[in-house]
Amino acid sequence: MEQILTICVYCGCGCGVYLGKENGRVVASSPSRNHPISQGNLCVKGWHLHEFIHHPERLTTPLLRKDNKLVPVGWDEALDYTARRLSEIRDSNGPDALGLLSSAKCSNEENYLLQKFSRAVLGTNNIDHCARL
Amino acid sequence: MAGLATAFGSGAMTNSINELEDVDVVIVSGSNTTEAHPQIARRILAAVDRGAKLIVIDPRRTALAQEAHVHLALRPGTDIALLNGMMRIILDEGLADDHFIEMRTENFIALRDQLFKIDLDEIAAITGVDRQLMHTAACLYARAYKSTFCYCLGITQHICGTNNVQTIANMAMLTGNVEKENAGVDPLRGQNNVQGACDMAALPACLPGYQSLADMQIRQKFKQCWGVDVPLTPGRTVLDMTHSGHNGTLRGMFVMGENPILSDPDQTKVQATLEGLDFLAVSDIFLTETAQLAHVVFPAASFAEKSGTVTNSERRVQYMHQVIEPIGECKPDSTIIAELAERMGYEMYYESMAEVMEEIALLIPIYGGMHHDRLRSSWGLQWPCPNRDHPGTPFLHKHYFSGGKGHFTPAQHQEPFEPPGDAFPLTLITGRIYHHYHTGTMTRRCASLNRESDKALLQINPVDATTSAIRNGDLVELTSRRGTIRLWAQISEDIRPGQVYTTFHFSEAPVNLLTTGAADPIAKCPEFKVCAVKVARVES
Repeated sequence: MEQILTICVYCGCGCGVYLGKENGRVVASSPSRNHPISQGNLCVKGWHLHEFIHHPERLTTPLLRKDNKLVPVGWDEALDYTARRLSEIRDSNGPDALGLLSSAKCSNEENYLLQKFSRAVLGTNNIDHCARL
Repeated sequence: MAGLATAFGSGAMTNSINELEDVDVVIVSGSNTTEAHPQIARRILAAVDRGAKLIVIDPRRTALAQEAHVHLALRPGTDIALLNGMMRIILDEGLADDHFIEMRTENFIALRDQLFKIDLDEIAAITGVDRQLMHTAACLYARAYKSTFCYCLGITQHICGTNNVQTIANMAMLTGNVEKENAGVDPLRGQNNVQGACDMAALPACLPGYQSLADMQIRQKFKQCWGVDVPLTPGRTVLDMTHSGHNGTLRGMFVMGENPILSDPDQTKVQATLEGLDFLAVSDIFLTETAQLAHVVFPAASFAEKSGTVTNSERRVQYMHQVIEPIGECKPDSTIIAELAERMGYEMYYESMAEVMEEIALLIPIYGGMHHDRLRSSWGLQWPCPNRDHPGTPFLHKHYFSGGKGHFTPAQHQEPFEPPGDAFPLTLITGRIYHHYHTGTMTRRCASLNRESDKALLQINPVDATTSAIRNGDLVELTSRRGTIRLWAQISEDIRPGQVYTTFHFSEAPVNLLTTGAADPIAKCPEFKVCAVKVARVES
């Protein structure tokens, strides 16, 4: 089994976890012995870190609301529609009529890009995340 | 964070997680550490094994409180009164660090004058904590050479959260327990990258790296890099968005990897706001309760399907390796954002996440030396790390505070927004449990974790259970002024009479239907730790 080092996604401790990969699937989690935080230990959530990755309820295609139902569509349709609606609201109600929630579960790079998108593309500082919750 | 930033000039854990093993005294306040931060609890218990003294401040008898030398079981929402009382005792006993106060801090006189007005019997009455216990704890903390104060959301999620934090900072400065190894003030961050999301300014009132929105030089730096002027007016906080009302001024939202329907207080209000939007897009790995209301849902790649960095509670920036290709048609959030920007006429193309990190290092001084090649070949680097040769910073404020001098801000006790009364006689406290996480989007889908814990429990003291004729395991109805949920009673002496405790992990018993939207005026943290409720057994 191939073992690849990553960081646990749950609390702020930041344990080093090896994810075990077999036939393109993540099938195991185990702690890094040398990582300064995990030191060979994980909590129960960390030991089962891989379990949600291949869950059958994972979203696998973009969804668009049509006739009040979310239906699968292609990426281009979902992205075009979103870009058009965000532009329309920005142009008719002003950029501050838009708001973004970023995520303490996403990477630094993604958070950086989303706030850049908010400030440089949409033109609003209406961006926050769940640090307060 | 606002509280620590005012006091010390920087709002983050002052020390490293491993330093906790070598403290002499540790106070843990408002943190169920063994369940919510198991690795940090492990260090604290190791320190206790070594001979360190542990003081726990918590209304509940948590697992850590059971190991504590002193457990101060205060009435919820009276942290300021308790710490002010302890500081008064420290002054009276002559245990203040006069040299530290003189050399490193300012505005001490204001704090001293306020403390001298305190009546310790009154403090005991407000907090419900015995004077002698308070005295023991204060002396332990002040006499030790290396004392650390850890706190979590039990401190910040109050209408006086910022003042709570400032009071903790006051106590650390009063005794000189900051600016050195193994001693400091450590806010424990609850999510794997909540520190990083703050550092990157997924925040409405600052630019990345906590840089000022108003500073002309900084605005110029960002304009040069981004090619556009950054908007000047600070934006809305989470609650200013999700509580803005059904037909408010907010018309469109994009939510990336959050679930405000379950995570934000006063669910009815949040739902009305989101349903009233002209447009809602959600990017997530599962169809969350929030995604179900969206007009567009993007399938995001999970952490195992992309690379990037995250910053843990001790400011350690760590690299996550991609393990597998994205499942189905999923895409990383970075790709989704870039594609949207492109369609809106703004070029946001990056060769790789390493290139995004180059831009971050260029713009954020404390991340100046954070490059993927360095992070991949180490266990990460702790900010501030201003340049490529810098080894990172295990503990902050060495020899001087990053904001110049440490600033004392005296604070006074403030009653919670919604104290219990006749109609709603119990105080509800919410939090997490060991087996689940936040809104349960991930952990509720892990079979092993569900086997351990599959339903929402209400911790209730035997006294209150008897009053309401509730037996262990009964289905009960919990009602506040805002709503009712059903969950199962767990009778326990770990919770005091007059208080009940549950978690927000279970969508079938969404506790945030009950909680109040009342929030701290500065940090805008909602008061999750106090709301008035009543409980009744459901007749079968």
